[in-house]
Amino acid sequence: MTNALTGLSDALAETVSKSGAGVVRVEGRDRVPASGIIWSTDGIVVTTHHVLERDENIKVGLPEGESLPASLVGRDPTTDLAVLRMDGGSSSALEWSDPGSLRVGHLALALARPGRSVQATMGIIGALSGSWRTPAGGAVDHYLQADLVMPPGFSGGPLVSADGKVIGLTTSALHRGVSLALPLPTVDRVVGALLAHGRIQRAYIGLGSQPARLPDALADQLGQQTGLLVVSVEPDGPAEKGGLFLGDTLVTFDGNPLKHLDDLLASLDGDKVDRSIAVRLVRGGQLHDVTVTPGNRPTRTPEE
Amino acid sequence: MLDQINKLNLNLGELVENAKGSLVVIRSGGRGVGAGSIWHPSGLVITNAHVTAQGSLMVSLPCGTELPARVLASDKEQDIAVLEIDAQDLPVIELGDSKGLAAGQWVMAMGHPLGVHGAVSKGVVIEVGSNLPEAPGNGREWIAASLSLRPGHSGGPLLDARGRMVGINTIMAGPNVGLAVPVHVVKKFLKEKLGSRAQPSGQLSTVS
Repeated sequence: MTNALTGLSDALAETVSKSGAGVVRVEGRDRVPASGIIWSTDGIVVTTHHVLERDENIKVGLPEGESLPASLVGRDPTTDLAVLRMDGGSSSALEWSDPGSLRVGHLALALARPGRSVQATMGIIGALSGSWRTPAGGAVDHYLQADLVMPPGFSGGPLVSADGKVIGLTTSALHRGVSLALPLPTVDRVVGALLAHGRIQRAYIGLGSQPARLPDALADQLGQQTGLLVVSVEPDGPAEKGGLFLGDTLVTFDGNPLKHLDDLLASLDGDKVDRSIAVRLVRGGQLHDVTVTPGNRPTRTPEE
Repeated sequence: MLDQINKLNLNLGELVENAKGSLVVIRSGGRGVGAGSIWHPSGLVITNAHVTAQGSLMVSLPCGTELPARVLASDKEQDIAVLEIDAQDLPVIELGDSKGLAAGQWVMAMGHPLGVHGAVSKGVVIEVGSNLPEAPGNGREWIAASLSLRPGHSGGPLLDARGRMVGINTIMAGPNVGLAVPVHVVKKFLKEKLGSRAQPSGQLSTVS
């Protein structure tokens, strides 16, 4: 009988060795270095935002052993992604695949290079579903969770399928204790934006809100049970300038219903910046329409 | 598809059963349970030095027989010990190629974690060598595997996909990072300490 286990074992090791050629070491913090993925042959590396605790003096370690200085192109704390540009060095980019072909239960390997050589751990795809929003408001196209434990230094490396294609960039910082992978459409979009602008533009109106039930009559009229009750308004911010007050209940933004906090977060895309946006709200039991002009969301400071 | 998984299961069952034939229980000083592997048919058992640290030693063979053991050689730094028991014609553990291991390969830790005799945990090789970040011991050679070693795993074999021993389960280096002393380090230790006596019959013709 052929040994199925040795076949599997050798295939896994082969995949690690092949895909490891596109996995680099990222030195951007004082603790154990982290990992990154070679994105394109012109020296672009994608990694996670949280492993870069500094903006300068970053180094990238190539599979061949060479260590190169790299500059920070930009970072997006909302998706925990960051883009680096290596100074020189030839490199091989990895092939990515869309999570559409994945199923829960498929084998997956997380690869990393916190030291000189490639490291691996293995598990299965534990959960896979549609788009979601990170706690910081970043839009991710698929929820992709791997049933494996990533040792220190794995964040920023690839999650690869059995055939060696990258199915996501791993991070342990978006949900504590859970190994998540950011899929190609998300990474592609963020890398594109960071290469073009150096940052992710997000609109911002300067208010705090929480979901609140609407009175029955209004709920029937508007066709939604909840709105967003304004609980704080930043002095001099876009919301205050637009005439929003504490105690208002927002019901639509740019014509889209606001039922949950996510609805507002999702509405604040970069293309809303400096545009006049119609906001409908409930004040004193009556519907009012105001106009708010969102500004640019201030850049966050790097967080752990 | 199912057929492949069935094959895998058959393989796993077979090689675990086979390796269990050489797995012993080591009790030290009347308390604490560790594991060990039969290295030579006339009573040589290999384990961790720290498993033997509590004093008088008893070794339980897979057949249930319990025998007193004495330490032939031990090295705290490398955490390797070789014990001698008064027995003959014991089934020896098959040895694998620890130098040929690569990241991603399937491995299994066998031992008596938390007193559960003959338990097995699976993982893959994270990395091998002496440059592992966060591994203890300056420049010591290790096999890092993606599995959890618990009290009672110590001294037991780390098996490869063929069920051959490639290391001694020794210590954890972080959540789900188990470290094993590679078998080629064990061979070197035995050659230095015991010379030709350490050669199990029928295998290990070269000691490197």
